[in-house]
Amino acid sequence: MKLPVELKDHQQDIFNFRLRLLISIVFVLSLLGVLLARFVYLQAVRHDYYQTLAEKNRISVVPIIPNRGLILDRNGRVLAHNFSGYTLEITPSKVKNLPAILDELATLIDIQPRDRKRFKKLQAESHNFETLIIRSRLSEEEVARFAAQQYRFPGVEIKARLFREYPYSEKTAHLLGYIGRINQADMDRLEEKDMLANYRGTDYIGKTGLEQYYENELHGQTGIEQVEVDSAGRAVRILSRTPPVSGNTLVLSIDAKLQEIAEQAFENYRGALVAIDPANGEVLAFVSRPGYDPSLFVDGIDADSWKALNDSPDHPLNNRVLRGQYPSGSTIKPFMALAGLYYNTRSPSVAIGDPGFYTLPGSSHQYRDWKKGGHGTVDLFKSIVISCDTYYYGLAVEMGIDNIYNFLSRFGFGKKTGIDLEGETSGLLPSQEWKMKRFKQKWFTGDTVSVGIGQGYSLVTPLQLAAATATLANDGVGYKPHLVREVRNSVSNETHKVENNPVFNIKLDPAHIDLVKRAMEAVTRPGGTAAQASAGAPYTIAGKTGTAQVVGMKQGEKYDASRIDERHRDHAWFISFAPVDKPKIAIVVLAENGGHGGGTAAPIARKVMDYYLLGKEPGVNRLITPAPVPASGVTEVEAD
Amino acid sequence: MTRRELYQRLVAHLDLPLLAGMGLLMLASLVTLYSASDHNFDRVLSQGANILVAMCCLWMVANMPLHYLLRTAVPIYTLGMLLLICVALFGDISHGARRWLNIGVATIQPSELMKIAVPLMMAWYFEKHEAALTLKNFIVAALLLLMPVALIARQPDLGTALLISASGFYVLFLAGLSWRIMISLLLAGIASAPLLWSMMHDYQRHRVEMLFDPTQDALGKGYHTIQGMIAVGSGGVFGKGYLNGTQTHLDFLPERTTDFIFAVYSEEFGMVGNLILLGMYSFVIARGFVITANASTYFTRLMAGSITLTFATYAFVNMGMVSGILPIVGVPLPLVSYGGTSMLTLLLGFGMLMSIQTHKKLVKS
Repeated sequence: MKLPVELKDHQQDIFNFRLRLLISIVFVLSLLGVLLARFVYLQAVRHDYYQTLAEKNRISVVPIIPNRGLILDRNGRVLAHNFSGYTLEITPSKVKNLPAILDELATLIDIQPRDRKRFKKLQAESHNFETLIIRSRLSEEEVARFAAQQYRFPGVEIKARLFREYPYSEKTAHLLGYIGRINQADMDRLEEKDMLANYRGTDYIGKTGLEQYYENELHGQTGIEQVEVDSAGRAVRILSRTPPVSGNTLVLSIDAKLQEIAEQAFENYRGALVAIDPANGEVLAFVSRPGYDPSLFVDGIDADSWKALNDSPDHPLNNRVLRGQYPSGSTIKPFMALAGLYYNTRSPSVAIGDPGFYTLPGSSHQYRDWKKGGHGTVDLFKSIVISCDTYYYGLAVEMGIDNIYNFLSRFGFGKKTGIDLEGETSGLLPSQEWKMKRFKQKWFTGDTVSVGIGQGYSLVTPLQLAAATATLANDGVGYKPHLVREVRNSVSNETHKVENNPVFNIKLDPAHIDLVKRAMEAVTRPGGTAAQASAGAPYTIAGKTGTAQVVGMKQGEKYDASRIDERHRDHAWFISFAPVDKPKIAIVVLAENGGHGGGTAAPIARKVMDYYLLGKEPGVNRLITPAPVPASGVTEVEAD
Repeated sequence: MTRRELYQRLVAHLDLPLLAGMGLLMLASLVTLYSASDHNFDRVLSQGANILVAMCCLWMVANMPLHYLLRTAVPIYTLGMLLLICVALFGDISHGARRWLNIGVATIQPSELMKIAVPLMMAWYFEKHEAALTLKNFIVAALLLLMPVALIARQPDLGTALLISASGFYVLFLAGLSWRIMISLLLAGIASAPLLWSMMHDYQRHRVEMLFDPTQDALGKGYHTIQGMIAVGSGGVFGKGYLNGTQTHLDFLPERTTDFIFAVYSEEFGMVGNLILLGMYSFVIARGFVITANASTYFTRLMAGSITLTFATYAFVNMGMVSGILPIVGVPLPLVSYGGTSMLTLLLGFGMLMSIQTHKKLVKS
């Protein structure tokens, strides 16, 4: 740039300056233009978009969790309810040094190593921004102590929550199941059913048992509160509110007292008991022993407790009623007898001679009767009373597996009963087709022999056997066993009764049924395999004992309970119903490793019947003492 | 008679059109501040006090004859430089930057003083060498600008450094810096951008990054920009109404009474309000340009032009950053944002403008 060193031209100078000033004005105008364009863009063109963002900033939809429905027994006793309590909760993402914070919290609130382990597991299972429970059921004092120190613990807060409580704890664990924290799998399932929206804010869902099966009834409708929030997420005011609708109340057919009495009657035995009202399929008692404490699962179980439950040789988590599959043993005989009559394979009057074993034509293999030397002359009636194996070996072979399969499947064997619980197993009713599929082998006549006495391939669940027994008691008219009697609407209090329509009717000759029932009645009298069972009872009891082998025995080996490890002892069965003429209750008892049905299982059933039919509680007011063992020496023991 | 005389005496050196424009903006400030502070009347009163104090200073400067103003340039600049050096050596650190100096009775921010002192010093320098300006003079003037700018940029206070650079550059531009040099400087500037980038502090880089994509970290670094844009955009054409801005009152907007007050205004008064605000600013700026055009001496022309352009720049940068076209640099909205220091600096500048306008008249008459 060349600058004049001489005296400046003043006019030129002014002109130059004004030119630059003009350029400056243009510059400023263009800046204003840019701003103007920006305002038009943001406030006119994109207004809707930013309006939406501002509303999203402002309005937060807060779900209001509905109260979960109650579960009551048939007499209105509470089996599951909610109580409010305080929990101490941590949002891991808001906490810098979690272990240190936990240590410090432990000085204010009792936090056990167990709580920490459980929290760790929870943390691994959930997102970092979720709020997780470290301690529940805080005492008032603990709440007060923490509240005073809360400022020291950002990310830690006390919340009031509703807790699920099961007053009967392990006694109803297998029946009710439990609720637990919603996990990813639950979320996926809910999403599939398009129900995720209703679970906003809900932390728990039914995991097993009735809690799971009736989740839709129990959960209720989540309410919504539209809240204006500030940038910190604090609610400023409520814009609108849709109240939640509590879940419906389930009224079960279960009689809690009966359930308790059944539990106690088992004493130390593991096993299962199902009591059904034959007239409508209502399940009166549903016992699987041992049970477990369902509250352990509600807030996530800690690893130690889980391991203890899972590794226990008693398998407390196994729902034996629903999922336990056992050989039916001799309890199948009344059904086999009905089949024999139905197919005309055996007439009531025909008797066989029992040498104590059965051999197939052209074979030397001996299928032994449980009684060495046999029972002598045995007709159909006697075959049930004394549980003659030889009679049924022959009957089964003569009837053939196809007929056995067809007849027994009508009673529901080999099929799920369709009870209102998830996870039922179907047992096993073997057939030619099944064997071919399973073993790629054709059916041998030898396979049929053991099916005749409920051994071999066949397996039943206690529930199946109970449903079949109820159907037998009800003269072949079968109901689907069910646990829920009615669903009570939480708002209108209207009740919706579960319909009790028979699902099948096996057209049987009344004379056949009567014969079998009378034989079963004789089982519980002196001379029967459960000779003590009806002793002193003012009502009649029909029953059948059974034994399920846990370990097989070699040909010629003798079963000796005392020599065998307790867990290898036979399982004891007892199926029964009473009164015989107009059955009000059908009961199936399985006592694992109980040995003999008549000795262990039948007394349990009797106690339950006494309470149900007479209102008599066992133990303290024992008015009727069992009759002494009849001197006739007919053993109530049976073994195959 | 005496009353009238007193009034005459009071307003003799005030430029009434400029005062009227400023007054409207200050009114807008008080009104918006009441909303921005969530109905905190104390905040409004405090800003009123800021205005009052600054107006007194304005009055004094406006009544100062020009030769007197000219004489203050060197002492003020020297004092400012000394204070900046003190800040660099013993300043208080707040928010990771060393900007404040504790002088016992109060803490001061010397960089604010330099907003006036730098253009004043440069204009003084050009006035002194007016008769024969050479390239050397421009280089010296540029050094007078770059020394304080470097110190301020080191604090680090990039926003103020850039704005002072701008006001100094306006002086250079109006003084007649050749186009060729400007263009080559511009090219050199573009070429050195990567170098500048490498010298920037992390938080400054983030602010620039966020400008290009604020959604990258909506709850972190981009939060200010996004919330500002939401406030402006959701205001729409007519605004949400006074005291009804949700972004403002639900605490989503950061720095609502200071740097982001425009978002509050814009949310509640909408595009129409923005046009009115731009109108007010345009009026003040236009008046500044008129004064500049009529200025009688070389010094006053440069000074008035720089003050006016700097004011326009402040307004543009602030509104630009709030509405998301410029990075967040921490520049208040002139005359509207809450704050005593920036009010004082601005009104000192306007005082000079008025002095330039009114004393010229007196000289002429």
